[in-house]
Amino acid sequence: MAERERRHARPRGTVFVPRTQLLTSEDVDRAVRRMAHEVIERNVHIEDLVVIGLQTGGVPFAQRVAAELIDIARRPVEEGLLDVAFYRDDVSLHPVLESAETIIDVDLTDRTVLLVDDVLYTGRTIRAALNALSDWGRPRSIQLAVMVDRGHRELPIRPDYVGKNLPTAKGEAIDASLSGVWIGTLVAK
Amino acid sequence: MIDSLAGENLISLETLSQTAMLEVLDHAELFAEVNSRTVRKVPTLKSRVVASLFFEESTRTRLSFETAAKRLSADVLSLAVASSSVKKGESLRDTIATIDALGIDAVILRHHSSGAASQVARFVPHVRVINAGDGQHQHPTQGLLDVFTVRQVLAERSGTNARESGSELFRGLHVLIVGDLRHSRVARSDAWAYSRLGAEVRVCGPGTLLPDDLSAWPVTLETNFDDALQWADVVGVLRLQKERGTGSLVPSLDEFTASFGMTKQRVQRLRSSTLITHPGPMNRGVEIDSWAADHANCLVERQVANGVAVRMAVLYLALSGARVEGEINE
Repeated sequence: MAERERRHARPRGTVFVPRTQLLTSEDVDRAVRRMAHEVIERNVHIEDLVVIGLQTGGVPFAQRVAAELIDIARRPVEEGLLDVAFYRDDVSLHPVLESAETIIDVDLTDRTVLLVDDVLYTGRTIRAALNALSDWGRPRSIQLAVMVDRGHRELPIRPDYVGKNLPTAKGEAIDASLSGVWIGTLVAK
Repeated sequence: MIDSLAGENLISLETLSQTAMLEVLDHAELFAEVNSRTVRKVPTLKSRVVASLFFEESTRTRLSFETAAKRLSADVLSLAVASSSVKKGESLRDTIATIDALGIDAVILRHHSSGAASQVARFVPHVRVINAGDGQHQHPTQGLLDVFTVRQVLAERSGTNARESGSELFRGLHVLIVGDLRHSRVARSDAWAYSRLGAEVRVCGPGTLLPDDLSAWPVTLETNFDDALQWADVVGVLRLQKERGTGSLVPSLDEFTASFGMTKQRVQRLRSSTLITHPGPMNRGVEIDSWAADHANCLVERQVANGVAVRMAVLYLALSGARVEGEINE
């Protein structure tokens, strides 16, 4: 669960209590580098790529992936930030989420978009992101990279690049950052 | 005191905490970004119905609210009072009940009676009420867009990020509100907005246009207008409300202009950084000189442009509270 959601999950202000560390920061590093190589392998025209991080959990991963791509391809890669709060289908279902900045300075028409998020769960955030991206043009294709795929999809959405597949129970929570991946539970303060 | 506008009515700024005000301003920054895109529309309030009920003349506030609602993809029901049953003598309560029966989520209300908005909020507790000006009471979105615009300009000048600055830029800011304070709901909203964010607010105007009792206002009275102008970082000029009988409370419009108008001479004497705001519509040549109105430090046009973003933030927050319990899914 992204940090943003966690802070506002019902009841307001629940905290993530880690149980086990599943990946260390070195594991995360290696996974991100592998994903970057896979992106290069799949995309011959790396200059068409726009790497967009989903606020807020996906942003550090997007920056790290973009840095790796630049490092490998030795070419500039365009980056952006997207917050999907205004595109969610459950606006009345939960308290207002803290919204974050959206910065996309590129016309996405005919570009290849690489969406990056920390945890893929129900797929609803990605659904909202796909809707949002269409407001910036008509990308040739959109690919999805996630650090952790924890299952429990509610929509027909699948990632193109996965850092780690982690089967989880619904009651569990995942915390993924550049410093590592933990499994735990959400507890009221 | 309201600490977050989420799921709440916006009736008055007097009961809105600093946290809640900053929540609106920060969301408005995000909606300003939406308004700068090629596609200036987000699906956030799709299938929500927002009724706009204006029992009093207004073009800019009404257009601003309706534009805001449409950019959030809400459906807008617009009641033109002039051609409605209100003219046949229908009461406010019955008008609201009729519109409520059509199924609405929010109502934007402009009414000539002070307190109309809170009354409507009691009639239809399940509908979110946004006050778009009630009599001589409050005009909260105008107050919010004024502080939003001032924060935006101050942030640009100091090279800071407006969202990250919070209320910092208002600390110790000198705000002078001048003109028809007696009739102005904008003055009442501005006074609370600026003072709650940490600014020092003074007011100035002819004795006949002061409210009977200023003690409930978070302001101090200033008697020397020209000294006050030197003190001020922001001058909030109010419109002389001729339609509310202000004309008979001043000896003549020229007299008012000479004593309390933002004339060219007065604007030229201001410090170069002093900002001028005006809620519009302007009476050019009365409370503000035409030259002053087009001055670079006069923020009127930015206020109008920002009005849409601020009203989007208000509608978004008011309508997106947790009215239905549900799980959050990633």
